[in-house]
Amino acid sequence: MEQKEITVALVGNPNCGKTSLFNALTGLNHKVSNFPGTTVEKKTGSFKLSSSKTAHIIDLPGTYSLYPKSADELITYDILRNKSENYYPDLVIFIADASNLKRNLLLFTQVADLEVPVILVLNMLDVAERRGIKYDIEKLKEKLKVPIICINARKKDGIEKIKAILLDEKARVTAQFFSLEKVNSELLDEIAIINDKRNKYSALQYSINASNLLTEKAIKLNEIFKKYEFDIIGFQEDEVLTRYQIIDDAVKHARIKNITQLKASITAKVDKILTHRYYGIAIFLVLLLMVFQAMFSWSEYPKEWIEYGLKVFTDYIQNTLPLGVLNDLIVHGILAGLTGVLVFLPQIILLFLFIAILEDVGYMARVGFIMDRIMRPFGMNGKSIVPLIGGMACAVPSIMASRSIENKKERLITILVTPLMSCSARLPVYTLLISMLLKDTAKWGPFNVHGLILMLMYLIGFFAAIMSAWMFKFFIKQKEKTFFILELPGYKVPLISNLLITIYEKGSAFVFGAGKIIIAVSVILWVLASTGPQSNIQNIETKYTAIINNDTTTETVKKELSLQMNSQKLEASYAGEFGKLIEPIIRPLGFDWKIGIALLTSMAAREVFVGTMNTIYSVNNDGDNSFGHIKTKMMAEINPRTGKPSYNTATFLSLLIFYAFALQCMSTVAIVKKETDSIKWPIIQFIYLTALAYGSSFLVYNLFN
Amino acid sequence: MNLNQLIFGKKAIITKVNGQLLSLKLYEMGMLPGELVELSNVAPFGDPIAINLSESKVCLRMQDAKCIEIKLVD
Repeated sequence: MEQKEITVALVGNPNCGKTSLFNALTGLNHKVSNFPGTTVEKKTGSFKLSSSKTAHIIDLPGTYSLYPKSADELITYDILRNKSENYYPDLVIFIADASNLKRNLLLFTQVADLEVPVILVLNMLDVAERRGIKYDIEKLKEKLKVPIICINARKKDGIEKIKAILLDEKARVTAQFFSLEKVNSELLDEIAIINDKRNKYSALQYSINASNLLTEKAIKLNEIFKKYEFDIIGFQEDEVLTRYQIIDDAVKHARIKNITQLKASITAKVDKILTHRYYGIAIFLVLLLMVFQAMFSWSEYPKEWIEYGLKVFTDYIQNTLPLGVLNDLIVHGILAGLTGVLVFLPQIILLFLFIAILEDVGYMARVGFIMDRIMRPFGMNGKSIVPLIGGMACAVPSIMASRSIENKKERLITILVTPLMSCSARLPVYTLLISMLLKDTAKWGPFNVHGLILMLMYLIGFFAAIMSAWMFKFFIKQKEKTFFILELPGYKVPLISNLLITIYEKGSAFVFGAGKIIIAVSVILWVLASTGPQSNIQNIETKYTAIINNDTTTETVKKELSLQMNSQKLEASYAGEFGKLIEPIIRPLGFDWKIGIALLTSMAAREVFVGTMNTIYSVNNDGDNSFGHIKTKMMAEINPRTGKPSYNTATFLSLLIFYAFALQCMSTVAIVKKETDSIKWPIIQFIYLTALAYGSSFLVYNLFN
Repeated sequence: MNLNQLIFGKKAIITKVNGQLLSLKLYEMGMLPGELVELSNVAPFGDPIAINLSESKVCLRMQDAKCIEIKLVD
């Protein structure tokens, strides 16, 4: 019977156009999720091959070989190795960069030797041609013995050919390249008993990778290796060099034109400037400044539109739904919370866009190159810069991105300090607080002062991150050789479609991921803030209604009194009581119980702060949820104890610093637990960051007050 | 001569790669004996360096470049 569905794995080196091909095949018909039980990002999609047949495709992380040196390479290896694995593919589409064919084919031969059917897809032939390299595909096929398809993933050329060959069952062939004849056959037999009996290469390869672990199996494997005096690294080196010989033979056989005279390519010229010895770092900083300026000014209008749209919607709901608890809950609970956060979507999307552009252009690798020497004394590595910059968008995927760092200590330090980079969830908080410190239109020369202060906040975060890293360097003991070997890919113009897909993925993750938490928190908060111990609430109500209902009271006084009543009711509510309970702890930082509630709800996610403040202030007002409104309300808040405004410059500065340092993000805690595979590190990280935030806030508040 | 001593404008061929785990990683990145190399860029503070291979550009630290033996070609 014919299969209705087939599973295809997409494998290749980093920077070979894998993402472009994946997007070209699936379009928006894909999803990003996690492998069960792990935090490993899994990109899967599907597309129709014919009216009755669908292909499911899984995009595996780019890797250079099947001997994984870093955690992300391990995933690719794990899936291809294990036939009983859920995602084990019916066949592999191996995509190779034709302009760097030799190195790309190394992984190809390793994958093929696992006896999984492979189709070789050659991409970037145009780049190769520009460098004077051209291949005779028929001759290449003779040597590599698998179907070969030439495509241009960027232009979506050749995609149909891939679909056609996926339908052709006869094209599903396996090829073999490396022979194990030099290895003692008894050793292979013994290993095959423990591992995979089917494929000897796979069994040996798995044993080599597994022998680094501390499991019982590893101890047994190491005993076997010892018994036969098997030199593990020597074998791997020999394997790689032998494979290169086989590849060299095939590539030379098929090459038509040879490299003539290497002209200085555009990449070389651009690199002369961007990675310059003296001003490379300055260019990087200027670029960052431009990113923040743009992020701040370009988001102004979309922000206003969203705000306006939501206000219209809120008004509509408020006026259509019958008055009562449901109306109240939706308007003052859910919509108030959501409005506070959705208005920041434009900024967050812009930030993700800029990071995606820098990544796709190929600049991010250069930043690693120019920053490696600077990062080293702090116990990190040039590759740490990618998680750190990514941390400005979101710590969660960035902590996952730290997997590319081979050295365990450098990786751990990077994970521990990445949350100090100001993430996009802090943006709403920063923006709100900065706008309370300064007029919106404040300029300093050509720069928007808000943008500058925002940049300053990011720099403070970065500074705290590297100083903490330096400190952790002395506490984490580990003697593993560290190296920094990184490919600097050729510069590319980013593909608009790839960028749009990235933004779509990140934007929807923010709206639906954060949105869920925010709605939940808003509802709970609304309930807690609008109910309380019955007697207290009633006392307040009786006290005020008597005066308000008195005919001699003027309208303005009535309004004033009803606001006062609401404020006292909030104070008497469960949320108020709770906030009061923690107030003594946060008072030294200049925070009152309202901020206390917001700090607690922020534990779910930082951006909830704004939503919470919005909900708290909305519970007792007319349903105006706009951003400007909560600002006015916070500024007008009077501390009943002192009779002065509750919040002053010192409070706002103290809050800013608190949010810059504190680890108020459950997702980060969860991901650190998974990535470090321990409870110890997330706990240490949480305590450290909380102490840092508390201490710094205390200092700032007392300096400015 | 070792790779860390290579200067701009000169071409060389890799003759040997020392250092166990390091050599494996370098091989996988395409830096293996017989490959033609050329200094492409030097990062701020003189380290790491970027090397042009025939088909790609790879950067590495000076201490690792020291493990790669090369022979100049004209």
